[in-house]
Amino acid sequence: MARTLSAPVTVAFDYTRSTGPVVGRFLTGLRDGVVVAGRTSDGRVVVPPPEFDPITHEALTDFVEVAATGTVSSWTWVPEPVKGQPLDHPFAFALVTLDGADTPFLHALHVTSPDEVSTGMRVQVRWRGERTGAVTDIEAFVPLADEDSASPAGGGLLEDHLVTGVVTPVELDYLYAASPEESAFYRGLAEGKILGQRCPACHKVYVPPRSACPVDGVATTEEVELSEVGTITTFCIVNVPFLGQKIKPPYVSAYVLLDGADIAILHLILDIPADEVRMGMRVKAVWKPREEWGTTIENISHFSPTGDPDADYDTYKQHL
Amino acid sequence: MAKQPAAVVGIGQTHHRAKREDVSMAGLCREAIDRALLDAGMTLDDIDAIVVGKAPDLFEGVMMPELFLAESLGAAGKPLLRVHTAGSVGGSTAIVASSLVQAGVHKRVLTVAYEKQSESNAMWALSVPVPFNMPVHAGAGGYFAPHVRSYIRRSGAPTHIGAIVAAKDRNNALRNPYAHLHNEGTTVESVLASQMLWDPIRYDETCPSSDGACALVIVDEDTAKASPNPAWIHGTVMRSEATSAAERDQVNPQASRDAAAALWKQAGITSPIDEIDAAEIYVPFSWFEPMWLESLGFADANGGGWRLTESGGTAMDGKIPVNCSGGVLSSNPIGASGMLRFGEAALQVRGAAGEHQVDGARKALGHAYGGGSQFFAMWVVGADKPTN
Repeated sequence: MARTLSAPVTVAFDYTRSTGPVVGRFLTGLRDGVVVAGRTSDGRVVVPPPEFDPITHEALTDFVEVAATGTVSSWTWVPEPVKGQPLDHPFAFALVTLDGADTPFLHALHVTSPDEVSTGMRVQVRWRGERTGAVTDIEAFVPLADEDSASPAGGGLLEDHLVTGVVTPVELDYLYAASPEESAFYRGLAEGKILGQRCPACHKVYVPPRSACPVDGVATTEEVELSEVGTITTFCIVNVPFLGQKIKPPYVSAYVLLDGADIAILHLILDIPADEVRMGMRVKAVWKPREEWGTTIENISHFSPTGDPDADYDTYKQHL
Repeated sequence: MAKQPAAVVGIGQTHHRAKREDVSMAGLCREAIDRALLDAGMTLDDIDAIVVGKAPDLFEGVMMPELFLAESLGAAGKPLLRVHTAGSVGGSTAIVASSLVQAGVHKRVLTVAYEKQSESNAMWALSVPVPFNMPVHAGAGGYFAPHVRSYIRRSGAPTHIGAIVAAKDRNNALRNPYAHLHNEGTTVESVLASQMLWDPIRYDETCPSSDGACALVIVDEDTAKASPNPAWIHGTVMRSEATSAAERDQVNPQASRDAAAALWKQAGITSPIDEIDAAEIYVPFSWFEPMWLESLGFADANGGGWRLTESGGTAMDGKIPVNCSGGVLSSNPIGASGMLRFGEAALQVRGAAGEHQVDGARKALGHAYGGGSQFFAMWVVGADKPTN
């Protein structure tokens, strides 16, 4: 058995990007089949156009169109493309100085072997069939064998329909690893036990156990089994729905100080109307059916009032 | 060795809005920067170093945005630092910038902080479920609401205090052309009638979600001579603490109390309420005004905060005007919100706060906090050069 528990996590969101007038004009050009560059104050023609002039720092306003053909100034080979890269087979990333530009532009170069790439080779843009105003509107550069076969420049961009924003989906996939102490806690839950650890210096009992006491910085090793009964110290009633929410509002999110622990855990309170939940209320863990248990705090479905008198404020006020 | 004197001579901010779809992140920062430089009578060529701050990268989904922003911020060929301390970042960024001047490393430092909340969803970004844990988290409001409840219980505050703060700040914002919310006719009653989101926090008691930026130009004593009204930095403090220590005081955190004590000592202030003329305190949820008033020592820690608020003492014409700009409750570009507090404090002592100016303000507090009330950043600025 692995010492620690781990689980995959995916964090994904379709972020938006307001492009501003300069990047927006570049993307509008790509949508309309032309490459838009910017002329900076020193007379250089730069692709993509920088938002602000590197010398005067003024917003860039001088746009020029450059050719869809150019020359490779440097490159690197990608033998095993990964998800999200421009091509799904081996390709080159190339710096291409487009005809009419003074600086190179990075994009994919579609060739089948590194033997087909060389610095100084002539290339041209291969436009995507359906273009939306994104850098991927250029599918890739391809070798230009014969200058006469160069695809013609586009017909200019639609001034009255400029790109102002793009959507950039971002997805992070990673493995979440619990610490050895947390792993012991979650494995305890899989056996119906709530385990904490006591700090040898301050004697406070932490649940879930930490690897070290956050106050004293020493390892917490003494295991303590905690009661499944505790006191609500404080709470809030979540009425607001939001993206990614797992529990349907309204629900009570409460700090429950388990008997024998010195720090409260955050959990859900049910079996009582939300507006009747009180600070000091005594509650007890309600476990899911055993066959649904895993190594998770969600084995405890929620906490439910015990019906006992409320705890005296003095017994929990130092936990607020 | 003593610190070198440093002063704020340029302040710029954007008109904060729910969505600024007309500008990029770089463009948003440059609006604030260009206004700060104009105010300082400088150009980017006069600047020695740039310090940029913003809140968690997941908010816009751009890892290390300082990399792609460098050239637009005018940082090519200059030192560029990025600071991150969650919600307090705007304050700590200004402090890092000022420390570069106070240490004698640079003479003219530009600092900028921003957030473009419309590019994403901060509530989502703060509530990503963690495996094996109970998915009860509900954004910043869900985090802070239980601690507001604790404050109410501990201090015996009447439940309408939060509404008094919200109505005050929203009305103050009407005097600030840069504020995001300009909600005419906000009253204690209208706030109390708004929807309960994270009980005990109501909709009108929460900050908006804003796009915006703030920039400051911080300079040494020689450079400050050219300014007609520098805001001198009298003290700066940052403090942190563990988020999850047993018996941690989440209502009045130790780091907050320690930071305030160190700040007042540095600034030579013995009675904050008598010596500070205006305070810009980080209040993203209205109840944090009385909470921080107590923690900062403007009032006793046994309910003095809510009594001061209830008495009108924190209004524009009160004993200690708090958030005359409208505060975080009226504009919340998260990464910039702390710097806006620091900048607004500087505007007050420069006599440049326009319609929300406190008459004759000579010393002001700028304050920010972040994370689970675990990061604190604060400064005192004054119209006079510090003597200590």
